[in-house]
Amino acid sequence: MITFSLRRLISAVILLLVVSIVTFGIFFVVPRLAGQTTDQLAANFVGKSPNIQVLHEIEARLGLDQPLYEQYWHFVKGVVAGEDYDTGTQIVHCSAPCFGYSFKSQLPVWPQMLDVLPVTVSLAIGAAILWVVTGVGVGVLSALRRGSWFDRAAMTTALAGVSLPVFFTALICLALFRDTIPIFPDAGTYIAFADNPGRWFWALVLPWVTLAFLYAALYARLTRAGMLETLGEDFIRTARAKGLPERTVVVKHGLRATLTPILTIFGLDLGLLLGGAVLTETAFSLPGLGHFAILAIQNNDLPEILGVTMLAGFFIVLANLVVDIGYAVVDPRVRYS
Amino acid sequence: MKRRNLIGMALAMTGLSLVSACGGGGTSGGSAGSAAYSAGNTSVVNASEATGGTLNYGMTNTPDSLDPGNTYYAFMWNFSRLYASPLLTYNPVPGADGLKLVPDLATGLGQVSDNGLTWTYHIKSGMTLSDGEPITTAQIKYAVERGNFAKDVLPNGPSYFQQYLADPAKYQGPYKDKSPGGLSSIETPDDTTIVFHLAQPFADFDYLVTSPQTAPVPQSKDTGANYQSEPVASGPYMIKPGSFNPNTGVTLVKNPNWKQSDTPTVKQYADQINLTYNISGDDLDNRLLGGSMDLDAYGTGLQTAARAKVLNNATQKKNADAALSGFLWYFPINTQVIDNVDCRKAIEYAADKTLFQNAYGGAEAGGDIASTVLPPSVVGYQKFDDYEATTQPTGDLAKAKDELTKCGKPDGFSFNIAVRGDRPKEVQTAQALQQSLQKINVKTDILQYPTGDYGTSFAGSPQFMKDHNIGMNTYGWAADWPEGFGFLSQISDGRAIRSAGNSNMEMLNDPQVNQLLDQAAAAPDAGTRNGIYGQIDKIMMDQAVILPELYAKSLLYRNPSLTNVFVTEAYGMYDYTQIGKK
Repeated sequence: MITFSLRRLISAVILLLVVSIVTFGIFFVVPRLAGQTTDQLAANFVGKSPNIQVLHEIEARLGLDQPLYEQYWHFVKGVVAGEDYDTGTQIVHCSAPCFGYSFKSQLPVWPQMLDVLPVTVSLAIGAAILWVVTGVGVGVLSALRRGSWFDRAAMTTALAGVSLPVFFTALICLALFRDTIPIFPDAGTYIAFADNPGRWFWALVLPWVTLAFLYAALYARLTRAGMLETLGEDFIRTARAKGLPERTVVVKHGLRATLTPILTIFGLDLGLLLGGAVLTETAFSLPGLGHFAILAIQNNDLPEILGVTMLAGFFIVLANLVVDIGYAVVDPRVRYS
Repeated sequence: MKRRNLIGMALAMTGLSLVSACGGGGTSGGSAGSAAYSAGNTSVVNASEATGGTLNYGMTNTPDSLDPGNTYYAFMWNFSRLYASPLLTYNPVPGADGLKLVPDLATGLGQVSDNGLTWTYHIKSGMTLSDGEPITTAQIKYAVERGNFAKDVLPNGPSYFQQYLADPAKYQGPYKDKSPGGLSSIETPDDTTIVFHLAQPFADFDYLVTSPQTAPVPQSKDTGANYQSEPVASGPYMIKPGSFNPNTGVTLVKNPNWKQSDTPTVKQYADQINLTYNISGDDLDNRLLGGSMDLDAYGTGLQTAARAKVLNNATQKKNADAALSGFLWYFPINTQVIDNVDCRKAIEYAADKTLFQNAYGGAEAGGDIASTVLPPSVVGYQKFDDYEATTQPTGDLAKAKDELTKCGKPDGFSFNIAVRGDRPKEVQTAQALQQSLQKINVKTDILQYPTGDYGTSFAGSPQFMKDHNIGMNTYGWAADWPEGFGFLSQISDGRAIRSAGNSNMEMLNDPQVNQLLDQAAAAPDAGTRNGIYGQIDKIMMDQAVILPELYAKSLLYRNPSLTNVFVTEAYGMYDYTQIGKK
């Protein structure tokens, strides 16, 4: 098991390295191949109508005039070990993981991402709990009551959940439950957990429900389909024939078998969301990683785009790693495959 | 029992999802309006001396910087006056009088000498910064130096002082040049006097010192790019220590060292001002209409959905102002690509301007159909209409065809139109133009480019425009200061044409226009200058180098609980220095 985990860990690190090369290439090599000059790149940092002397100073300060492999080396070194950075007024040490300084705000990228990370984590974890509980619960009940009014109502709702875009649901929720009936007056703002746990929870209920509604619908349909398939298997019939209580048959035998693929998808979904729930964060004005990424893209702020892409990549790779190891725990055959 | 619980829980969760995710729209309208529609354009709404309360500003993005020396956003030049007082500012009254300059830190307007080459200002004595340090002209000199000559550290603001001050070439900015005297063309003979020496006469210099770049910065407190997190305040408010967060916003509290007599033009009515960043546009509008937010800091008005809602609701409409933003939406006509003036005139006549107006939201929310380069809110504007834009706004095809014949292309010609593809209204105006031109057999293709590089690498690159046969492009322009020179110089001066980041997109290089601009810059008399701006406008329209679309308007919304609200024509938005709360 330890060897398997180590092997997976090394693969994950290599994967992250590949992600960094590809990401760096997309933002720094491809534009150059398309004709972008280092002057134009530096112009992103310098505001309106810069003169050529200032552009050259910026190029030198940001290292944009160096060969690409050196720039990449400095990028990786910054992430792993930190880098010294010339702010123009002094040399400061940017501690690892250093993703450089924003082109627009001239502030270091990593502390900014750390600042918005709790928002995304709060949103993703809360929504994940909600959608797993509701999605799997509703899916199981629908499978057990196939063809009943509950099944039909639940699957219709699920279809609506999958179909309705988050930004639409979010605006309706805000208009109804914050502006018309102010049950959630803080919705649309983020209150730090440390400042006021109660208000933190209450302000996040609508974003959680909105996000969970989308995913719960998907999970309900997947669980229902999986359960129906599993409940038709021979070993379920055998379990019932042995006289096991229905609850044991459903939960221990049926649900357990169904959950394996659900857990895989859950790991990936959660990893993706931790990289930023762009639409939900934007619709609810939550200053999380997704919103941070959108602003970085709008501003052509390459260090921020690179940083948030790497962090999102890290979460997905981490989620994959956890799922892989979880598989090995659940099913020992995986370790030897 | 447990099974029943499971069913109950699932039903409850599903119910919560359903109840929360469905339901109708509609927002509360806030309290009853206390003023009439567009009253804020001409009068002070809810005039009051009441103090206290918290003002809540929201915005959909973030400022470029809170550092007064490092910002170029119009709303920040308005907002920053709350904590960073420049030498001069705009008269805080509604209407055209709001374009007049009045002293802020200074005791009066600039004293001109040496044939217009020297401008002297005096500041009041006894004023102190938020940290208790006395305000001196040395701090103002330092602020101008860092904001204009250290672009590698503070890149955002304009460089007008660098452009107009004498002998700036050798000076490398205060972070590199540590000599005690600093920039030689700014002198501070004592703590209350500052003297600017110019390279050439520049009659608009008073406008330059309204810039937040002249707000004092004590050198010992300057931390370069980080100064934005807690700039030392010279206005009635200061950044609340530790409140700045680049992702969420900032809080302003009263500056305990500020006295009303220091800067009478700025008020300190509210106890606290919150500026919240990154609120989605529709949500911000809903909060404004619901009353939980007081003002949209950006000052560009309501979004499409809220505009329709407000204009159709009598109560909410009372709290709205359709304000001229000072912006001109227009199509530059590239003289490199369409070099015959008669061909350009054909375009002027053929364009259906009502379609442009519809694309931007109609007369009330989008703007008035334009017939000149200078908008009415800019000093120097003169009304004229060479191409029947206002008298026959749907276009005059007969005259357009006559012009085509004169230009030797009676069967039409073709070129491309560039647009910012991520701006739906601009795409719509380009499509409208395309339809209009088709009627006179002028064929166009629309090429879409991203906003981020539009002004630098695409529309702002003359070579790119020529290589891609782009004869027209969508664009908008507003002045850095509301006077003819501030509006015209960058878009009409042939010497301002640059290989990248070019704003003279029509590529006009007319010696007469260049000469008139020089004359205006040197003319001490405002009447003479205004006459010249009218002349330049007329020449540009005679040359048909610009197809004006609209004098842009913003539909601004004021929370009924606000006091002293009015639109300042200088910034085309509410004057943030006067607002209080009931």
